[in-house]
Amino acid sequence: MDFTFHEDQTVLVDSVRKFLMNEVSPELIRELWASPGGRSQKIWAQLAEQGLTGLSVPEAQGGMGLGDIDWILIAQECGYYGLPEPLLESAWVATGLLASLPDSDFRNNLLAAMADGSARVAIGYPGSPLVADADQATLMLLAHGDKLYAVAPKDAQFTAQPSVDPSRRLFTVQFERQEKDCISNDAKTLCAAALDRGALAAAAQLLGLTQRILDLSIDYTAQRKQFGKPIGSYQAVKHHLADVAIKLEFARPVVHRAAHALAHGEPDCSAFISHAKIAASEAAHLAARQGIQVHGAMGYTWEMDLQIFMKMAWALDAAWGDRSFHLARMRAFVLESGVALGPGCTFKETQK
Amino acid sequence: MNLVYTESQKKFRAEIRSWLQQHRPEKPLRSFDTEEGFAEHRAWERVLYSGRWSMVTWPQELGGRGCDLIEWLIFEEEYWRAGAPLRVNQNGVFLLGPTLMEFGTEQQKARFLPRIAAGDDVWAQAWSEPGAGSDMAAIRCSANLDGDSYVVNGQKIWSTRAVWADWIFGLFRTDPGSVRHHGLSFLLMPLDTPGITVRPIKQLNGQTGFAEIFFDNVRVPVENLLGSAGAGWQVAMATAGFERGLMLRSPARFQQTARALADLYRRRVAEGNADPVLGEAVARAWMDAEAYALSTYATACRLQKGGHIGAESSTNKVFWSELDIRMHETAQRLAGPFAELTEHAPLALEHGHWLEGFMFAQSGTIYAGTNEIQRNIVAERMLGMPRS
Repeated sequence: MDFTFHEDQTVLVDSVRKFLMNEVSPELIRELWASPGGRSQKIWAQLAEQGLTGLSVPEAQGGMGLGDIDWILIAQECGYYGLPEPLLESAWVATGLLASLPDSDFRNNLLAAMADGSARVAIGYPGSPLVADADQATLMLLAHGDKLYAVAPKDAQFTAQPSVDPSRRLFTVQFERQEKDCISNDAKTLCAAALDRGALAAAAQLLGLTQRILDLSIDYTAQRKQFGKPIGSYQAVKHHLADVAIKLEFARPVVHRAAHALAHGEPDCSAFISHAKIAASEAAHLAARQGIQVHGAMGYTWEMDLQIFMKMAWALDAAWGDRSFHLARMRAFVLESGVALGPGCTFKETQK
Repeated sequence: MNLVYTESQKKFRAEIRSWLQQHRPEKPLRSFDTEEGFAEHRAWERVLYSGRWSMVTWPQELGGRGCDLIEWLIFEEEYWRAGAPLRVNQNGVFLLGPTLMEFGTEQQKARFLPRIAAGDDVWAQAWSEPGAGSDMAAIRCSANLDGDSYVVNGQKIWSTRAVWADWIFGLFRTDPGSVRHHGLSFLLMPLDTPGITVRPIKQLNGQTGFAEIFFDNVRVPVENLLGSAGAGWQVAMATAGFERGLMLRSPARFQQTARALADLYRRRVAEGNADPVLGEAVARAWMDAEAYALSTYATACRLQKGGHIGAESSTNKVFWSELDIRMHETAQRLAGPFAELTEHAPLALEHGHWLEGFMFAQSGTIYAGTNEIQRNIVAERMLGMPRS
């Protein structure tokens, strides 16, 4: 029983954190918000240079062959720094789907191109017609019935669906279904797995966003003075932020356990991921609510960086399955599945 | 990260599970807040001791098993799963025992630890005073040195189980001119010492779970001082750390309640009375109990790798106490028109057990440091926010 991360994992995340801290500033995010494409070739190239675009691409295709547990801490940092690039969607979620396909030239060449950063793949998921980064993707993975298609943007029409978080570039996509683009007849299974992985990635980002909003709020309340004292010295303000910290403390291990369950293909992993998504969404939602409250009127301005991270939290709350979807899965798991509950049932034998 | 039990952890679980199957009382004991119930629980502590299960985290030479934190969590899971009795000896095993091991002299350890382990001495805590609740450093109860004894005068209150316990431990002002957390000392004394009067206080449920204690020129020999004179605050903080940390309320307790809630809800559905709102509340009870378990395992693993306990004591206390209230509110809603019925009502849900739990849950956000104080600690020590 070991619930800590391996040194390799903490070393890797330390280097990712340093990179994001130096390169992905709120100023850059604002700049990208205002730019037509919303994406930075330079940042993407740097992510590829560090091997992150190929983190879970199999070694045979030039990647690092790492997995969900390796991703989870990195995804938290992507949330913390508000990385606008679609790293997690493409390099973790879409890669996960493609890597699970049987060996083929299409699969292997695409994965190799994703590993070196020259290709990025957008992915649609069940329950939402919105596809993030569809227009700038090399390919989009889109399901129709049992069929999964890999569609090039040139073969599709897009309608932009701007998000409250301008970093999220969302589109509805219309495409002509051509047999040559069909890459699998098992779309339901593949997309369900992608939905789980996407929800886990969102949960990890939401943990990072919660921490960022909390940190911004702690800083602001230490500086802002009223009645001659920093407002952070008043209990009403302290308790708002303590509640966020407590929510975060009890969401984090839920997300980490879900990553472990997904990595090992545990039978209950979908339920654990739903739990993670709900816990992280609610922590981030509370952080945003308390964050704006303790910032006072400044929290309602465009000027404060708080808005960047708050909007990211609001947007991710309903992405990759909203809370109703995940709560329905939780109700079914706890009340109807017949799974053993109670003390001693937290960790079951994992299935490799 | 590897969330799989080792073979030896599995063997340990099997051992405690089978022992409990053979030894746990066949029917529930009476409440230990009654005289008969207290005696029954003390007898159970002796049964636990006979199987070397009364204090599994204590070292082997003291009759414990030297269990690490993961084994302790496994023990607790099996204990709650079996529906075994509440621990009347909790103060001694989880609070005073570890404090004695850290601060006690060899003589004190030899004198007190074996009797705690065997359930011979049941201990009560004596911290709060009428004027010192959340503000514990406002303690006034005095203990003035006179020859080889302290002479204690004053009053303590909210002393849980003091009505039938044998000994108390707590903080007393040994330096008459001192203020706040200076000049306090950690003293141990038998409750039958002349000059001590224990007055039971009837609780919300009508039972006398706590008491106030009056001290009138009570002579306590200096060998009953734990730690150095005047350093009682540091000793007490260590005790409070154990208490509020991992061991006061193990996750298994809440997981057992969540499982029972799921059973209640399924019974309601079988009666054709499904209610998605209550169903969600039950699912959330499971999620939160599970989150508490996961967090405790994560902390335990971190500590075993040499990490230190931080504000977990406070985040835990807020989390489990508020979870306990939510879970029992859900149970009360599931009980429908029978929610108000006491154990004496034939139609009471599970013999009034849920109503009793609902009332007890109201105290959880108050005892062991109110949740307001815990949130201050989280804000100041964990988040580094400015002190008021």
